[in-house]
Amino acid sequence: MALIQFKNITKTYGTGDNAFPALKGLHLTIDEGEFLALMGPSGSGKSTTMNIAACLDTVTSGNYLFQNISVENLDTHQRTLLRRNFLGFIFQGFNLLPRSSALENVELPLIYRGDKIKERRSAAYEALEKVGLSDWRNHNPNELSGGQQQRVAIARAIVTNPKILLADEPTGNLDSQTSAEIMSLLTSLNQDSGVTIIMVTHEQEMADYASRVVHFLDGQIRT
Amino acid sequence: MFWNSLILALNAIRRNLLRSFLTVLGIIIGVAAVITMVTIGRGATQSVSDQISAMGTNQLIIRPGQRRGSGSNTPKFRQKDVDLIQNQVSGIAGVAPYSTITANVIAQAKNYTTLITGTTNDFFTVGNWELQSGRKFQQAELKSGKASCILGTTVKNNLFGNENPEGRRVRIKQFTCEVIGVLKSKGQSTWGTDQDDTVVMPLKTVHRRLLGSLDIARIAVKVEDTNKITGAQREITELLRDSRRLPDNMENDFRVLDMRQIIKTLTGTTKVLTMLLGAVAAVSLLVGGIGIMNIMLVSVTERTKEIGIRLAIGALEKHVLMQFLIEAVVLSSIGGVLGLILATGLSVFGANLMGVPFLFDLRINILAFLFAASIGILFGFVPARRAARLNPIDALRHE
Repeated sequence: MALIQFKNITKTYGTGDNAFPALKGLHLTIDEGEFLALMGPSGSGKSTTMNIAACLDTVTSGNYLFQNISVENLDTHQRTLLRRNFLGFIFQGFNLLPRSSALENVELPLIYRGDKIKERRSAAYEALEKVGLSDWRNHNPNELSGGQQQRVAIARAIVTNPKILLADEPTGNLDSQTSAEIMSLLTSLNQDSGVTIIMVTHEQEMADYASRVVHFLDGQIRT
Repeated sequence: MFWNSLILALNAIRRNLLRSFLTVLGIIIGVAAVITMVTIGRGATQSVSDQISAMGTNQLIIRPGQRRGSGSNTPKFRQKDVDLIQNQVSGIAGVAPYSTITANVIAQAKNYTTLITGTTNDFFTVGNWELQSGRKFQQAELKSGKASCILGTTVKNNLFGNENPEGRRVRIKQFTCEVIGVLKSKGQSTWGTDQDDTVVMPLKTVHRRLLGSLDIARIAVKVEDTNKITGAQREITELLRDSRRLPDNMENDFRVLDMRQIIKTLTGTTKVLTMLLGAVAAVSLLVGGIGIMNIMLVSVTERTKEIGIRLAIGALEKHVLMQFLIEAVVLSSIGGVLGLILATGLSVFGANLMGVPFLFDLRINILAFLFAASIGILFGFVPARRAARLNPIDALRHE
């Protein structure tokens, strides 16, 4: 079943002479349970695609459907709600809050969702357990290794039980062995929990973990 | 959500303790200045009105002379004027004539120059005077103009020290005079004169032996009840105009002053001054608010990435807005509380220094605190809205 659909999407940054077309008529359908890798040189449109998928950015023209809901028709508030309930994010730079413990970082999305303190504590603990870091829950990010930080970030992304996990070069800052650990963690999340994963990467090795690879070039999918 | 924002705000403040303190300093000074000015001002107003009240609030003072000009050519009062008021004006508790002259008073080897006041026993009723020791004048003494005198405490201390002066004799010019009592001390008047620096004698004695005339410099009237003052004032004015045969087209050649009006005028002046000083101090509060806005803007820029993360993982605009707004309000409220504490210290110190009572005014304290807190909302809003409106993509990319 199609979870998200990009229908003839264009995205242009800037106006007039400075206009830069980042996407030129993108067609892409992603089914539930897929593990998709987006590849391509920088400026080819894969990050723009991610931002649109994340409901962080809006399209210039075309149609982006999330579970058959047209996202262009939603306002900022509704898009935030959609992001909060269905999407999880993993960034290249981990983007954890410094001076907050691992548990507090994982808890954060639940705070904004308005969960009660007891529920969100145990949910955050469970998520940390899934990534194998429950013993490190009281450590701040600067006391954790890069791989551990990324696992905390993954715990934070999955704590809301999202349908889709959006990963922007999740292994970009990690060595190859740690990268492999992170990738197997993502793979098991995809296979065991059925989370759809969309991942941007530069490395073929990482793309090999995915069930489908899409190559971008000049704002379009290279076929 | 509110508690989380509060904890976040406290953490952010703790992280930059020195910077937060310097930011808050403006608010502390502003709040302290406003409260101190108003508190001391109120103390000053109170002390002015207290001192005048001590002289008797239900008082009318009648002086010869026009409103403007010296009035030296206008006729003084005589005993018949006093009698007239005493007998014909309703609702009055006492009428005291005053004839004063400055003279040298000698006792034993000491001498002291003071104000001799010639009056009657109504002096005590009208001027709220009491005796520390001794007795008032007897009717016979008043009638015959006997050389008896009652000393003010300043005069007594200068001439007799700690001795009891009763029954002793003092010499004034060519005659000697028996001391029959001592007045209870009243201290300084509002105008800075020592009210205890006087010798009180029967009016007739002063007329005959010191002045050589029957002039009465002023008459003070005590009215029974505050709401009868205006009526008494009008009655006295009419009486005196009649007695002085003033034609209708002529202005009064005397004045009937109401003590309450004098109090109103004087306290009004200090009140206006208090408000003025308070307003100037409030400007510094405003400056403090601008300091908060400045530092909050810096804080938003510094934490752009953090804001981006929060927005990406599901924070709504209002969450971010709330977080920064609460941070600003917490900052300004901390400043407000510290300002209150500082103000209490400064007010006690300042009140002591100026010799006015310290009157803790809960209202101005609450008002200044609320003002400080709302300055946080006012000046925190712009930075907070800037944070909330950040584009999460740009914010995440910010290094």
